[in-house]
Amino acid sequence: MTHIQLSHGGGGEEMNRLIHSLFFEAFGNETLLQSEDAAALHIKSPIAFTTDGFTVSPLFFEGGDIGKIAIAGTVNDLAMMGARPLYLSAAFIIEEGLALEDLRRIVASMSAELARSSARIVCGDTKVVPKGACDKLFITTSGIGEIVYGGISAHRLCAGDAIIVSRDIGAHGATVLAAREGIGIWGDLRSDCATLWGAVAALLEGALSIHALRDATRGGLAAVLNEWAVASNVCIELEEEAIPISGPVRGLCELLGFEATDFANEGTFVLALPKAQAPRALEILRAMELTCNAALIGEVSQKRPGRVILKSPWGSSRYLELPKGELLPRIC
Amino acid sequence: MSLQLRDLYEGFRDAEVIKALSKRITQESEALREPLHVMEVCGGHTHTIMKYGLKQLLPQNIRFIHGPGCPVCIMPKERIDHAIDLSRMEDAILCTLGDMIRVPGSKGSLAEERAAGRDIRPLYTPLDALKIARENPHKKVIFFAIGFETTTPMSAALLDAAIKAGVENLFLHANHVLVPPAVDAIMADGRAKVNAFIGPSHVSVITGSKIYEPLPIRYGTPVAVSGFEPVDVMEGILMLVRQKNEARCAVEVQYTRAVSREGNTKAQALIERYMEPRAHFRWRGIGDIPHSALRLREAYAHYDAERVFAEHLGNEPIDDHKLCICGTILKGLASPKECKVFGTACTPSTPLGSCMVSSEGACNAYFRFAEV
Repeated sequence: MTHIQLSHGGGGEEMNRLIHSLFFEAFGNETLLQSEDAAALHIKSPIAFTTDGFTVSPLFFEGGDIGKIAIAGTVNDLAMMGARPLYLSAAFIIEEGLALEDLRRIVASMSAELARSSARIVCGDTKVVPKGACDKLFITTSGIGEIVYGGISAHRLCAGDAIIVSRDIGAHGATVLAAREGIGIWGDLRSDCATLWGAVAALLEGALSIHALRDATRGGLAAVLNEWAVASNVCIELEEEAIPISGPVRGLCELLGFEATDFANEGTFVLALPKAQAPRALEILRAMELTCNAALIGEVSQKRPGRVILKSPWGSSRYLELPKGELLPRIC
Repeated sequence: MSLQLRDLYEGFRDAEVIKALSKRITQESEALREPLHVMEVCGGHTHTIMKYGLKQLLPQNIRFIHGPGCPVCIMPKERIDHAIDLSRMEDAILCTLGDMIRVPGSKGSLAEERAAGRDIRPLYTPLDALKIARENPHKKVIFFAIGFETTTPMSAALLDAAIKAGVENLFLHANHVLVPPAVDAIMADGRAKVNAFIGPSHVSVITGSKIYEPLPIRYGTPVAVSGFEPVDVMEGILMLVRQKNEARCAVEVQYTRAVSREGNTKAQALIERYMEPRAHFRWRGIGDIPHSALRLREAYAHYDAERVFAEHLGNEPIDDHKLCICGTILKGLASPKECKVFGTACTPSTPLGSCMVSSEGACNAYFRFAEV
């Protein structure tokens, strides 16, 4: 057998074999192996709870695959709330005919990504739908994390905060766009897809007053900052030149007329904290491989509450708007 | 050493150079006897001006009047309806370039048609249409071709390649428009305050700067053909200020790294071989302009979607939404912010008018790159 068939989702013997040989093998832990209708968990602290559906096409791209994103995405959502990732669920909707080898690779990638945080998959589901009813494979993961650092919120930015971005922006959106459109770009264009818990944990232990923290996924940096400006009713002023953008991403934007600030990221976050603490935060981030390009890109003021202002090196300025009405492919 | 993409723009976004040009323009413009109303003909320049905030670097007596040079914006609704009608034909695949997908005609947009199940494909390069035609020999593959002189050679090259490959299921719906007749139409109207032109970048690479030579003679307006980077536009402005101050009036080329007087003669020959001027073409908001667009020559009529599928296509002119002032903006008589529905009923996600759709449209540029 080389391809997924409808019988694999039928609830019978074939499905049992698939679950045992593939999912249990890769994700095995005491709770999952109980095979009960639901996982029984014991959590005493306040928790964060999140869910996300993943539909990226192509399934495999430079720097990652749908499995890696499905784990990193949900783990990152928890991390952004100051929560240590603990338990995940994973539901697979598989299109009839998906190569079993592809599914194995994706599951192996999920397993490898799980090892980068304290998260475990404790429950799951598998459905197989007829050809054409979905595009190869959709994965939904939900996650529960233990809040170890409370009070992080989009509503907490205040004038005098510094805005830091954890690395160069737009790599995931650019990579998936180039892969989908068959655009061969020279240079090293690869997704930033990564589990951010390690970097976030280091910040949380750094005796900093973190006001806001968010991974810049769909809508990119522009969306996160606009949401923050509105939620906290503050103005965010950015130095355009300080925003790190890699050569290949800049190249793709130049060629196709996109803005890197609109591109999705899958392993890049933005941080707001009092300006005086920015050097310490940068020092912590730059000491780690994933965030070694972290940069201070701007600060919070009261100039135009609710708006994000982009300042050019030659003295002009404009608003950075929310990305709108663009023809962007499905990327996460 | 290999050429990197950034080598093509890096020096042309240099903050010190831009500041120095701003200072020089401000100094020299004090001698201007009348305000300079510069029409940047091309939407690419409008985009540059807004994206880099160049208006803020210029003195009060230099103003931009945005021109009609956005191929998506000037497409009248009945032509967009053509695209929709073609996509609704049995066994049809309609291909076009990016922004066209979202422009509303009178029957909605191609994006809505695609959602309703039509096979509509946005392309990055026209030659992809040939690949699609080969992969789908039993389908009618129609390339809805748009653009000024810049993109016309690519459509001609597509037709050339299709003929050489013996591909017979590929058709072109040609909407290629020309810069000089449009500029003449705006100036002939007499209401636009334009007294200087920034000439298009990419169009001029193909046509050469010679196509603008009648402008100083007819209208007494200096022309500076400029590149698309901020330093290019600022330097172009300085050239216009100097011409005015020296009471000169000529076509000058700032964008000398790509534009010659004669242009790309190979591309011109390719266009000449396959296309000819139409008697007239209706521009959105501006109306009928004689000889302002191209169509396939009679000898290639069997590749011309307009002729082959004529029975599916209507030709009645369809006017814009009554609140939309795209036409007035395209004629250089209004700025996007004077429109009552700008940013409210009309946004890039719900465009009422074409100028809000394309990234080269003035309204879209004002919306995306709003000044503080």
